[in-house]
Amino acid sequence: MSISAHAVERATRTSRLAGIASLFIVAALIAAPWWAGRANLRLLGEIYSFLALASLWNLLAGYTGLVSVGQQAFVGLGGYTLFAAAMVLGVPPLLAIVLAGIAGALVALPLAPLLFRLQGAYFAIGTWVAAEVFRLTFAQISMLGGGSGTSLPAGIVTGIAATRNLRDMIVYWHALGLGLGIVTAVYMILRSRTGLALTAIRDSETAAESLGIDIGRTKLAIYVLTAGLTAMTGALIFLQKLRISPDAAFSVNDWTAYVIFMVVIGGIGTIEGPLVGTLLFFLLRETLADLGTVYLMLLGAVAVSVMLKAPKGLWGLFSSATGITLFPIRRHVVPANTR
Amino acid sequence: MDWLNAVLQGVLLGGLYALFAAGLSLIFGVMRLVNVAHGDLVVLGAYLALVVVQTLGIGPFPAALIVVPLMAGFGYALQRLLLNVTLGKDLLPPLLVTFGLSVIIQNGLLTLFSADSQRLPAGPIETASIGLGNGIGVGVLPLLMFAAAVTVIAGLELLFARTSLGRAFRATSDDAEIAQLMGLDNRHVFAMAMALSAAIVALAGIFLAVRANFDPASGPSRLIFGFEAVIIGGLGSLWGTLAGGIVLGIAQALAAQIDPGFQILAGHLVFFLILTLRPRGLFPRMDG
Repeated sequence: MSISAHAVERATRTSRLAGIASLFIVAALIAAPWWAGRANLRLLGEIYSFLALASLWNLLAGYTGLVSVGQQAFVGLGGYTLFAAAMVLGVPPLLAIVLAGIAGALVALPLAPLLFRLQGAYFAIGTWVAAEVFRLTFAQISMLGGGSGTSLPAGIVTGIAATRNLRDMIVYWHALGLGLGIVTAVYMILRSRTGLALTAIRDSETAAESLGIDIGRTKLAIYVLTAGLTAMTGALIFLQKLRISPDAAFSVNDWTAYVIFMVVIGGIGTIEGPLVGTLLFFLLRETLADLGTVYLMLLGAVAVSVMLKAPKGLWGLFSSATGITLFPIRRHVVPANTR
Repeated sequence: MDWLNAVLQGVLLGGLYALFAAGLSLIFGVMRLVNVAHGDLVVLGAYLALVVVQTLGIGPFPAALIVVPLMAGFGYALQRLLLNVTLGKDLLPPLLVTFGLSVIIQNGLLTLFSADSQRLPAGPIETASIGLGNGIGVGVLPLLMFAAAVTVIAGLELLFARTSLGRAFRATSDDAEIAQLMGLDNRHVFAMAMALSAAIVALAGIFLAVRANFDPASGPSRLIFGFEAVIIGGLGSLWGTLAGGIVLGIAQALAAQIDPGFQILAGHLVFFLILTLRPRGLFPRMDG
C-alpha cells in the first residue's frame, strides 16, 4: 500500500454527526424566545455567558499554561466600560459591548508583560492582585456609583428596544451569538498555526522555542485576546443584570471560582470540557441551589477529587473510553478505501 | 508627627504581613508549592482560637498553646494525604487543588459561624501603649506582633542553618529527587514543612483575630498581603520577606493617612511598582 492511499484528517464520523446535530440545536436555541419562558430565557443567557468564560479560561489555562485566577478583572472591566460608555458618553449599549472588548484588550496589553514576570502559581496570584486593583479603583469613581455601584438608567434600557419582550429577545440573541462566537473562536484558534504552537509550548517550552516559536509573543497574544473577549462577555453579563457594583463586577467566586470548577470538572485542555462542565454546573445549581454554602463546598470537593483522580475531567474520561471527540483538533491517518 | 507615627505603625503592621508571608515563603522554598488556601488557613486559625477561647475561657495567647499544635497537625495531614499527590512537573494540580480547598474552607466556616464578623477580645493589652514623647505612641499589641514576626523568622533561619530538619529542607529545596536518593523521605519532609507553615499560620491567625475583625471571607486578602510581601522581599529570602512586609505596611499606613479608601489600593500599587522596577524583589535569593 502506498502512502497516497492514506489521508490525514481531523474530522471523525462522530464529529461530523455532532456538527450536523449542533446545527439543529443552534436553530432551536435561536428560536428559544418563542418556546422558552422569560425566566428560562434568562437562564439560557446566563449559561451562554458562563460557557464563554469557561472556554476562554480553558484556552488560557488549559492550552497556554497561563493559570489566571484574576479573570474577574476583565469581566468587571467590561461591565463597567459598558455602563460608563452608555451613561457618560451616550453610546448605545449593544455597541458598547464592542468597546468593552477593545478596552479589555488595551488594558491587558501593558498588564501582561508585568504579570509575566511572575512564574507559575505566583502569576496566578498576581492576576488576582490586578483584579483587586481594578475593584478598589472602580470603588473610588463616584460617577459610577463608587463602592455601592449603579443601575443602568431606564432611558438607556428602553433605548435598546421599546418593549420588554423585544429587549429580552435582543439581549438573548446577543448572548447566544457571543457564546457561540467565542466557542467557535477558541476552536478555530486551536486548529490554526497558533494552536499548533500552543500545543508545542504546552508539551515542551524548550523544544517549541528551538523550532522557532516565539513563546512570549504567543502567550501575550492569547492573554490579550482572552482579556478582550472576557471583557465583552462581562459587558453582556451586566447588560443582562442592568446593575453593577465593584463587589459583583470583580467577584472572584462568581467569575473565576465557578468557571474554574466548570472547566476542571468538565475536562481542562479539551474543547468539550467547558461545555460539559457548564451544563453540569447549571444542572446541579438548579437542583441543589437550596443547599447554599454546602453546595459550594461540594462543588469544591468534586473539583479537587476530579483534579486528583481524573485530571482530564469527565469529558477526558468519556473521550478516552470511547474515542469520541466532538470538536476535532487532532489529526489522524485514514486509509483511503474506508473514506 | 502624624507622618512619622504612620510610618512607625506601618512598620509594625509589616510584622503581621511578614507572619502571613513566612509560611508561604517556607513551603515555596522547600517544595515550590504556592498554597492558594494560605489566607484561608490563617482565618481557620483565627476561628479555631475563637472556639478555644470561648470554650475554655482562657486568653488568646494561652490559647496559642492549643491552636498552634492543632494547626500544625492539620498541616501535616493536609500535605501527607492531599497535597503530596499533586506535586510534580505540572503546576496546575497543586494550584487548582489549593484553590478548591480555599473555597471549601471559606464555605465551611460560613456554614459553621455565619458571615458575621468576629473579634477575639484580649483584654487591656488591646489598648495598652508605650509613649515615646512628642505624641508618638507604640501599641503594645503591634509591638508584640512585630516581635513575634522577628522571632519566627530568626527561628526559621536557625532551623534551616543548624538542625537536621533544616538540612533536609535545604536538600529537597535544591533537588528533591537527589534528596530522596540520599535517603530522605520527601513525603515526610514536605509534610513537616507544611506543618511548620501551618503553625506560623496559626500564630498569624491569632494576631489577626486580636487585632481586627475577621469573617469567613477574610482569607484571600491575607493571602494577597502575604504574597505581596514575599514578592517585594524577593523569593527565598526570609529576612527579605520581613522587609517586604514592612514596605507594604508603610505604604498602606501612609495612604490611610491621606484617605482610608486608598489604604489597600496603595499597597497593591507599590507591589506593582516594585515588580516593574525590581522584578526579582528587593533581596532575591532564588528564581521562581
